[in-house]
Amino acid sequence: MKIKKNRIILDEIDWEILRILEENAKISYTDIGRKLGISHSTAYDRIRKLEKYGVIEKYTIIVNEEKLGAKYITAIMTIYTDPKESENVARKLTESDKILEVSTSLSEELQIIAKVIAENQEKLHSFIAESVAPLPGVLRIRTSIITKRFKEEKLPIPHLNEKFISEK
Amino acid sequence: MKKMSFEFDKKVPREKAFYFFTSIGNYTGEKACSLKEFLEKIEKIELKSIEFHLHRGDFEKWFRDVLGQKELAEQISLLRKSDIKGDSLRKELHETILKYSGTV
Repeated sequence: MKIKKNRIILDEIDWEILRILEENAKISYTDIGRKLGISHSTAYDRIRKLEKYGVIEKYTIIVNEEKLGAKYITAIMTIYTDPKESENVARKLTESDKILEVSTSLSEELQIIAKVIAENQEKLHSFIAESVAPLPGVLRIRTSIITKRFKEEKLPIPHLNEKFISEK
Repeated sequence: MKKMSFEFDKKVPREKAFYFFTSIGNYTGEKACSLKEFLEKIEKIELKSIEFHLHRGDFEKWFRDVLGQKELAEQISLLRKSDIKGDSLRKELHETILKYSGTV
């Protein structure tokens, strides 16, 4: 790992370490070293450096909600707004614990896209009718309830490496 | 025209307004802050929205809980239990509110 003009540049081994940790964050330094043909102490040093400079922000877990019997519905709201109020609407939405994601989108009209969760359809509707529609600047709302999820991943590390980091 | 029996055009704050949806989470952009505005909206709002809210009991809930008009809520409840659909439903809803408000 190098730092050049305030930008962190990773070498191939660093990228491989990230890819391995993304698959299994509990893997030992010895196993990482074995996979990459480096010593466990080199693996340790590199990982500490990636942590120190914030490339690795944290290690987390993925909870299988189905095993816990968690029941809720997820929906995607497209909120058409008055352009003057869209920033305020988006900020207000972020304050709710029922909203998981808020983004703005450019199309013919300014839209806010928000992912929302609720215990059931009735509670979803109440939340939208009582807490979203009354926000000043909301012109109309389209909501799609997600019925089946085929894939949900974060941006995979190989893509970060090869496609989405622009060389300046 | 008879004298209005209550404040027909008294407005409630926007957070207490009636927001017209066509289905779960799909807001039309139309809202009513008073019974007068409500009457104007139901003249032109798409039928799908009227049927959606009537079936759910949303109209009577708003009349009773927000406007405090229990008697009107009861009349709308009877309308909900009837089998009227389509434009006849719009007309009947409109006339029920007009009669109640004493403007006919």
